[in-house]
This record gives sequence, structure tokens and C-alpha cells, in this order.
Amino acid sequence: MRRRTGSIICALATLCLVLPAFGVEPDEMLGDRQLEARARALTKNLRCVVCQNQSVDDSDAPLAQDIRVIVRERIAAGESDEQVLDFVVQRYGKFVLLNPPLELETVIIWIGPFVLFLSALGLAAFHIRRDPATVAPATPLTSDEERDIERRIKGGTL
Amino acid sequence: MKHIALVPLFLFLGLAVYFAFGLTRDPSTLQSVLIDKKLPAFALPAFGQSGQVFSSSQLKGRVSLLNVFASWCIACKVEHPVLLKLSQSKRVAIFGLAWKDKPDDLSNWLEELGNPYLMIADDATGRTAIDLGVTGAPETFVIDRSGRIRFKQIGPIDVYIWRETLEPLIARIEAEP
Repeated sequence: MRRRTGSIICALATLCLVLPAFGVEPDEMLGDRQLEARARALTKNLRCVVCQNQSVDDSDAPLAQDIRVIVRERIAAGESDEQVLDFVVQRYGKFVLLNPPLELETVIIWIGPFVLFLSALGLAAFHIRRDPATVAPATPLTSDEERDIERRIKGGTL
Repeated sequence: MKHIALVPLFLFLGLAVYFAFGLTRDPSTLQSVLIDKKLPAFALPAFGQSGQVFSSSQLKGRVSLLNVFASWCIACKVEHPVLLKLSQSKRVAIFGLAWKDKPDDLSNWLEELGNPYLMIADDATGRTAIDLGVTGAPETFVIDRSGRIRFKQIGPIDVYIWRETLEPLIARIEAEP
């Protein structure tokens, strides 16, 4: 029994060592923590061109690994974040930026949802106002009808 | 307001046209941003010619193809016979860029399958391929006389692509003054 508990504890302890799989290999990382954090942030925003819905940071593709190494080299050489992103964009285009900048050609993906939402609201308002249940009757009551209603109110039959 | 019944029909037609175009395109092929730009400069060891350098400036003066390939790339093996035939026809100058290949693997590959290339740049680190915006192998750049990239074929060249796309394009570029 003792031995069994021991092995269970051992197994659980090993589980604590298990980390989620990342694309980044330990030997790629920069010694300087701040620089490494910048590199991570940049590569998280870069699309892997091999497996296009993963970021360069996540991907295990050799090309993504090469780009991670290049990003780190350039950061270590003192380049700014923009300079590093420019290097990649010049080669692979703006498509590799997972967070596309607001520009004329990307304006539709930035404002499209709001335009759709507002036009849906407008359309809904238009239809609700047109609904006969919410709109006053177009023709007023005739004098006969008005007298009838008055009589009924007085007589308490309404 | 009778026409409101037609709205779904028009919506459907609009969507049908949109999808007819949208769904038949392959969104994963990224056309190069380097089209009409100068071929990025490189100077790499010329494979199999010890001590010699293959530099980007050598791709000037004639329309040529620069084929990015590797012995580890299966699609390149599919493409290889087409390149071999093209090189025998001498229709266009074909250059190779071996992407992250091992020298032994590469020479075995060329020995076994034949060598369609006038010269091969040995890009062992893969840095030049990244400068060229390569996303996978094979990719083939069409380079004009002034050393500008005019087109990039992503994926293997087959007989159909050669006949319908590349050859007419090369003929057009060659006819330019």
C-alpha cells in the first residue's frame, strides 16, 4: 500500500512537470528576459506561412522556426519591433500580420461588423414601426362610434 | 411592396455568384509581394562547383527560371521530369536553389534523377529562401532580363501549367523591348 501511494504521488508529480506544447524550442530563446518577451510578442502576431492558421510562435514548421530565430537575431542586434516586422512583411506581405493594421484595403474587416450591426438595427426599427400592432389606426372613429363608446362608458357596459 | 418577395431570390443569386468565385479560389496560395521587384540579392556557394559562387546578378541578361527545390521535397520529385524535359528543349534557362538540403542527399538526388539546372545555389541555412519569400517547395520564379521577378509559380510545374501559363508569359517577356 505504501509503495502504491508513493508511485501515485510520483506520477502526479511528473504530471506537474508537463507543459503545453509550444513551437518555441528552449535553445531558440534569448538569454535576456525582456528581449525574449518582445520576441514572443512579435512572433505571436506573425502568421506561419506553412500552416496558415497558426502563429510563428505556435508552429512546429521548420520555416516558422527559421523566422523565430531571425526575429530573435534582429532583436538582439538592437532593431525596433517595427523594423523586425517590416523585415518579414517585405518578404511575405501584410498577410502575415495576424493583427492587420487599419488601412484602406483592410478597412472593411475593421468597420464591416459595425456597419452590418447598425444596418440590422435600422432594418429592425423600420419593420417594428411598420407593424400594424404598434401603429395608430389610420382612420379616426366616426361620430357614431364615439357616441356609442361614450354611452357604454356611462352605462358601465364597457 | 409586392417586390419584397423577390428579395430572397436576389440575395440567393448574389450569394451564389459570390461563392462561385470565392469557393473555387485557393486562399492558401499567397502570391508573392516581390512581383515586379528586383530579385533579392544573394551570393551562395554553387553546388558541385567547389569554390564558385552563384550570385543573383548572374540571373540577368535573359529570361530565366529560378526553381526552389530540395531532395526532401516530395512534390519536387513530381516536378523533376518536367524540368528535365524543359532543360533538354533549351526553351528557357533553368537555375536551381537547393533549400536546406544536405550535400550528400542533393548529389544523390541529382545523380539518380538527372540535373536540369545550369547552376544550383546551395542555400543550406534557408536564409535566401526567406529573403525570396518562399513558403514551401517547389516554387519557381520567372525572372526577366533586367533581373526583376515577374511571376512566382507556387507548387510543382506540370505540363499544363507550362503550356498555359509559363510559356506564354516567357514569350511575352521576351518580346518586350
